[in-house]
Amino acid sequence: MTSIAAHCRPVAELPLRDAREWVAKVRSALEQGERLVTLFGRKADAEGAVLTAVLQAGGGELHVLRAATTLEQGWHTLTRDFPAAQCFEREVHEQLGVRIADHPWLKPIRFEGKNLRKMKDYPFYKLAGKEVHEVAVGPIHAGIIEPGSFRFMCLGETVHHLEIQLGYQHRGVEALLLRGDPRSLAPLVETIAGDTSIGHAWAYCAAIEALAGLSPREEIEASRAVGLELERIAMHLSGLSGLASDIGFQQGASSYGRLRTTAINTSMRLCGSRFGRGWLRPGGSRAAMDAGVAEIARANLSLIGRDVAIINDCFLSALTVQHRFQGVGTVTKQQALELGLVGMAARASGVPIDQRSFGAGSYGRIPMKTSVEESGDCWARALLRIREIDCSLQWLTAALDRFPAFAPVCEAVGALAPGQFVVSVCEGWRGEIVHCLETDGLGKLLHYKVQDPSLRNWFGLALALRRNEISDFPICNKSFDLSYCGNDL
Amino acid sequence: MIAHAAALLVVPIILVGVVNRTKSCWAGRKGVPLLQAFYDIVRLARKRPVYSSVATVFVKAAPSVVLGTAVVSGLLVPLLGRRTPLSFPFDFVFFAYTWGLGRIFLMLGALDTGSSFEGMGASREATYSALVEPAFFLAAGTLAAASGKSSFAQLLRFRPDDPATAVVWCGCLVALFVLLQVESARIPVDDPSTHLELTMIHEVMVLDHSGPDLAVIQYASAIKMTVCAGLLAALLNPLDAAAGPALFAAANLGLILGAGIVIGTVESLIARLKLRSIPEYIFLAISAAFVALLASTLRRGGLG
Repeated sequence: MTSIAAHCRPVAELPLRDAREWVAKVRSALEQGERLVTLFGRKADAEGAVLTAVLQAGGGELHVLRAATTLEQGWHTLTRDFPAAQCFEREVHEQLGVRIADHPWLKPIRFEGKNLRKMKDYPFYKLAGKEVHEVAVGPIHAGIIEPGSFRFMCLGETVHHLEIQLGYQHRGVEALLLRGDPRSLAPLVETIAGDTSIGHAWAYCAAIEALAGLSPREEIEASRAVGLELERIAMHLSGLSGLASDIGFQQGASSYGRLRTTAINTSMRLCGSRFGRGWLRPGGSRAAMDAGVAEIARANLSLIGRDVAIINDCFLSALTVQHRFQGVGTVTKQQALELGLVGMAARASGVPIDQRSFGAGSYGRIPMKTSVEESGDCWARALLRIREIDCSLQWLTAALDRFPAFAPVCEAVGALAPGQFVVSVCEGWRGEIVHCLETDGLGKLLHYKVQDPSLRNWFGLALALRRNEISDFPICNKSFDLSYCGNDL
Repeated sequence: MIAHAAALLVVPIILVGVVNRTKSCWAGRKGVPLLQAFYDIVRLARKRPVYSSVATVFVKAAPSVVLGTAVVSGLLVPLLGRRTPLSFPFDFVFFAYTWGLGRIFLMLGALDTGSSFEGMGASREATYSALVEPAFFLAAGTLAAASGKSSFAQLLRFRPDDPATAVVWCGCLVALFVLLQVESARIPVDDPSTHLELTMIHEVMVLDHSGPDLAVIQYASAIKMTVCAGLLAALLNPLDAAAGPALFAAANLGLILGAGIVIGTVESLIARLKLRSIPEYIFLAISAAFVALLASTLRRGGLG
C-alpha cells in the first residue's frame, strides 16, 4: 500500500447515475458520517456533464459516486443542508454552466471561462446604515503577497461580515495539465501552489503511478515522505515567523524565520532545490543522500529541534502573545465540520482529519501522531503548527535512522491504463491535496481535477473574522495561511 | 539656546538610531547605521511628492504644521540644562495643545485623502490621544502641585525626599513613559515597523504622504519622541546643573538615549496589544498619575 491514498477504478465499474439519484446517494453517505473529499464535473458533450463526488469514510476508504446530467437540468443544491459542498457547487456552476437549483451563494470562485473579464463586477453584499462602513483591502497588498480582494463590512472597528474575492492568480492550470505527455507534468504540478511543491507533486505522482500500474518501492516512498515533512516544517516555521511579526513580537519573528532557512537548506542539500522542486517524479525520487548529506541533514534537524524548543518557550510563555492570539478568530468545531474545513485549520478546531493518520506506507512503518487543538482560535492554529513541527522532526529523525541513504531512483513508467478514474489524496502542510485523473479509451488524459485545501478553507477565514476587530484580520489571515494561486489555479 | 536648538534637531536622528540598534541587537542582527533616519530623510527629501487627485490643502499643510508644533513643543522642555528657550507659568498646558494642534492637522490630512484606511487611523488616533491627555495633565499637574512651581522647566526639577514624594515621582515617571509610547506610536500601543495597514494607528495616517512631506512627518515624529524622552530625562537626572553644566548636559543626553534603549528593549521583548486593550494600557498611565496625585496630597497633609 502506498503512503498516500490513491484510489483507482475502471470507469466502467463506476455507474453513471441519474443526477437526482446521485444527489440522494451523496446525501445519505454524508448523513451516515462520511466526509465529502471533492465534488466536480466535466463536460461530456455540448449539453451534458459528468459529475463526480468522492467521499471518505472514517477508516480512510475512498469511494466514488458518478452521475450524468444535462447543463439545463443540473441538480438540486446540497449546500443548504451540507454547507461543505458550497465551494464545489459554485465551481461546477462556474466551470460548466450547470444549473444548481436553490444554491444560496452562487458567486464566482475564480472568474474563469466566461467570467474571465468580469472581475470588477463581483456581487458583493451591501451593508447599509449610518453607523456602518465598508473597507476594501486589495487586490494589491502591501508587502510581497499574492493578490486577493477583501471587503470588510464593519460596525466601527467590529467586522460584521468579510467577503473574499479571489481569482486574480488564475492561470488555467487544469487546461494546461491536459497538454503533452501526462507522465511529464511534474514541473507544472510543482507550481500549482509554490509553497506546496512536494505535496502537489506527490498527489500527482501517486495518481500517475496508479494509472500505470506501478507500485513505488519502500525507499522511494520514504524519500518522498522526508520531502513532505521537510516542506511542512519549513512552512510552519515560516508561518510562525509571519504570525510573530504581525503582532510585533520580534524574538519569534527573527528566530522562526532564521530556522526556516535551515529547513529549506536541508531540502536543497537533498534534492538541489530549496522548495523541493524536482524531488518527486512519477516512478521515482531524485533526492540523493549519502552518508555525508545524511550527517548534515541530521545536524540541521537537531539544530532546528534545539532552537525551536527555546523560541517556542519564549513565544508561548509571553503574556502579550497569549493575549493577542487567544479568543481571536475562533472557528468552532461545529462550524469547521459544517464548512468541511480540512488540514491544519480543521485540526485546530478539534476536527482530527489527517490523511497520514491512516497509517499507510511510510506512515505505517513509522507512525505519525495527529496533533489536534480544541479552541479553534488563532492561538490554537499557532500552537498546532508548533506541535506539528515537533511531530515531523521526530518522524524525520526516525526515518533517517531507518533509511540512512537514498539514491536517486527513476523507474520507467509505462503507458497509462485506458478508461480509468483515479483519485489521490496527500496531506500537505496546509491540508489535504486532491488530484483526480480520468483516462479515455486510448489511455490519454480526459480530465485532470486539482484541489488545493485553500479552496475549502477560505470560507473558514471569512467566518473566523465575524464579530472580531478589523485590526485582527492580518493575524487571522496569517493563522490560516491559505494559498491564493492554489485556489485560483 | 543655540545648543538647545542644535540638540533638538540632531538628537532625534540618533535616538531613532539607538532604538533600532537596540532592537537589532535583541534580534541578533547587525542592524542599520545609527544615522539611517538621516539618510532616509535625505533620500525622501530628494523625491517628488505625489498627491491624490481628491486631496485638498490639508494634505499639503499637515506636514509643516506637524513639524512646527513638534519643534515649538521642544522649546518648552529642557534637553541639556535646567533652562529652556521658552518658559512661562502653566506652559505645560500650552505644550499639550501645541501637540493637539499638530495632531488635528495630521488627522485632517488623513481624512482629506478620502481613504478608508486613513479614516480608521484618524479615528483611532483621536480615541487614544483623548485617553492619554488626562494622564498627561494629572502627571504634570501633580508635579506642579508637589513642587509648587508652574512652569515645565521648573516643575521637572522635582526630586523625591521622602516615601510620599517617591511615590509621586515614580507615578509621574510611569505616566510619562506610557505617554511617550502612545505619542511616539511605539509597541505595545502601535507598531512603527508593521506593513499591515489594518492594524496601524500613526503610520496609516501618513500613507498618502510621500517624498519631502513624508520626510518632514518622520522627522517630526522623531522630534516628538525626543521631547518625551527629554521629559523623562529631566525628571531623572540626579546631577546638579549649577555645579557642572557640561556634565549635566551629558548626563541628560545619556538619559535620553537610555530611554531609547528602554523603548527598543520593550519592543523586542513583548508583542503589541490588541487595539481593544490599548485603553486599558493607557488607564495604567492615568492610574499611576492619580496615585501620584494622592501621594502628593498626603505629603501636604490633605487636600486642604
